[in-house]
Amino acid sequence: MNRITRRFEALQRNGRKALIPYITAGDPRPELTVPIMHALVEAGADIIELGVPFSDPMADGPVIQKACERALAHGMSLRGVLDLAREFRRTDADTPLVLMGYLNPIECMGHDSFVTSARDAGVDGVLTVDLPPEEAAEFAQALEANGIAPIFLLAPTTSDQRIQQIAKMARGYLYYVSLKGVTGSATLNTGEVAAKLAAIRTHTQLPLGVGFGIKDPPTAAAIAAVADAVVVGSALVTKMGELADDPERMRREVVELATAMRQAMDRHQASAAVVTA
Amino acid sequence: MKAMTNKKVDYSQFPDATGHFGRYGGRFVAETLMEALHELNEAWQGYRNDPEFLGELDKDLARYVGRPTPIYHAERWSRQLGGAQIYLKREDLNHTGAHKINNTVGQALLAARMGKTRLIAETGAGQHGVASATVAARLGMECVVYMGTDDIKRQALNVYRMRLLGATVQPVSSGSRTLKDALNEALRDWVTNVDDTFYMIGTVAGPHPYPLMVREFQAVIGRETREQMLADHGCLPDALVACVGGGSNAIGLFHPFLNDSEVAIYGVEAAGSGIDTGRHAATLCAGQPGVLHGNRTYLLNDPNGQIVETHSVSAGLDYPGVGPEHAWLKDLGRAQYVAVTDDEALQGFHALTRSEGIIPALESSHALAYVAKLAPTLRPDQRIVVNLSGRGDKDIYTVATLEGIQL
Repeated sequence: MNRITRRFEALQRNGRKALIPYITAGDPRPELTVPIMHALVEAGADIIELGVPFSDPMADGPVIQKACERALAHGMSLRGVLDLAREFRRTDADTPLVLMGYLNPIECMGHDSFVTSARDAGVDGVLTVDLPPEEAAEFAQALEANGIAPIFLLAPTTSDQRIQQIAKMARGYLYYVSLKGVTGSATLNTGEVAAKLAAIRTHTQLPLGVGFGIKDPPTAAAIAAVADAVVVGSALVTKMGELADDPERMRREVVELATAMRQAMDRHQASAAVVTA
Repeated sequence: MKAMTNKKVDYSQFPDATGHFGRYGGRFVAETLMEALHELNEAWQGYRNDPEFLGELDKDLARYVGRPTPIYHAERWSRQLGGAQIYLKREDLNHTGAHKINNTVGQALLAARMGKTRLIAETGAGQHGVASATVAARLGMECVVYMGTDDIKRQALNVYRMRLLGATVQPVSSGSRTLKDALNEALRDWVTNVDDTFYMIGTVAGPHPYPLMVREFQAVIGRETREQMLADHGCLPDALVACVGGGSNAIGLFHPFLNDSEVAIYGVEAAGSGIDTGRHAATLCAGQPGVLHGNRTYLLNDPNGQIVETHSVSAGLDYPGVGPEHAWLKDLGRAQYVAVTDDEALQGFHALTRSEGIIPALESSHALAYVAKLAPTLRPDQRIVVNLSGRGDKDIYTVATLEGIQL
């Protein structure tokens, strides 16, 4: 069984929700990536989303775009990301690892070559932002055949019919984009998110993660109340950019934020459990 | 009759329903944009054959844009080159000075019918930005034009024109600070403001239905050319030449002739400082297939799939991708794609200016530079139509600077 599925089942048994931090591989420097991944796991991350830097990250806001630029300036590439994944896996056999990025680097490497390399590196899921299900059939099949979950986005604008179509092809979890905008955008309406998640659940049994615009522990807790997973990216990546020259402080503050989110999510779940009981 | 060994392609039947030209085209965007593209496609499919919509479009093209544009026989330049007769399709005579307005007039009509109140656009040379700001002013819509900071510097005149027209020019300082980055930023705006905003893409690239829709709005160039050449000469031209950045003026000229196999077709890319220097924008000549900006097409990228910075003296050709239909035509061999350098383009610029009294845009000058090579290889009774896609007023500062002249 895929590590992602195993992880969600374990969380569900314990009445907890997944915290999924996103960082861009190679940002601010390639040698800092794996230590930060381990630190995030210690801080309570359940799954790590590792961004594959791309020169033209169209669905991302300025924070992730700058992270991509920093990583690329240090020579990071898709092959480099797979090396980092392998390195992470050597000392962490359990934490699910999802690569998130854009299609062109994968096209350039070749789908088959990428899929087998990702499998061998211990990657558990792949989210290709600019590959919607209409264009994804073969790629998703190749991933699944190699034990890797093809992960897809859902948006506030996604119709019921498309939700069904996407859910059929998706494995691992579905990633609901909580607002109309790019990563790191400003406002998130938890009421709207809750309503949309309820509608999505009528079409799928897959766990639902929510991301884009979750910046602080209270929002993380509010989203955890209605979703199965909370994805935090730009808030962490902002710190990594600001503190790029002070790796020790960067690590400390990134861990502090992740820990605060973890605790807020768990407190909220615990009090919810008491109320239910 | 010869046996049908080669399956004949009916070019009018492409793209297919999902926006594919063979393996190219398609719809490669984040889920956040898919519904907006569905909405656009449905609206477009509903109006593209609607007599009332087309009647209004024709009226705007005639009375606001100034169509049909003439075909001009460049007799003196033809004599100087000593080969084929050269005919200029005078898109430079359109309102706003380039072919770009054919498309924005059409998309604005569609936007208004869809109830959108805000237009956004990306621009490189500024011609599409000006054409967008122009139709927005006319319809009283808000208009935001994304433009790379490098392009803002080299196209100051067009930036001012857009501002005069009431548009907001939003500088884009990410990436290579040119057209591709402006396109990224416009897509981000669209995702965020999808309810009231219409994204007017300026070329035959992007996710389906843009390559099809923009082609249909620009194909008026080729349809007129066909009628004009048949009326004047009783036969089709021997060759068509147009510059290719994203490729909208080229597809506009080429498309109505694709099924006429006797008409040779040449697309001219920007070789910049020379293809072997790496400083160029010759995507079809030197690139490889990949995925960017919503479609599969030829791209200029490094071995790791990262898009590279391009270079051309002409901001409008400075783009690392190309419309997917061109990628397909290249693979099929229906059109030939060549490249000319900055220096050759500047020679073309001067040659037309001095021989015919017409100052061409630097983009169009690339097509002219190739005509200067092609014409002498043909007979004097043969005819070349070259798309003079825009006028050169916007470029005189660039040309003067390159030649060490302070204006």
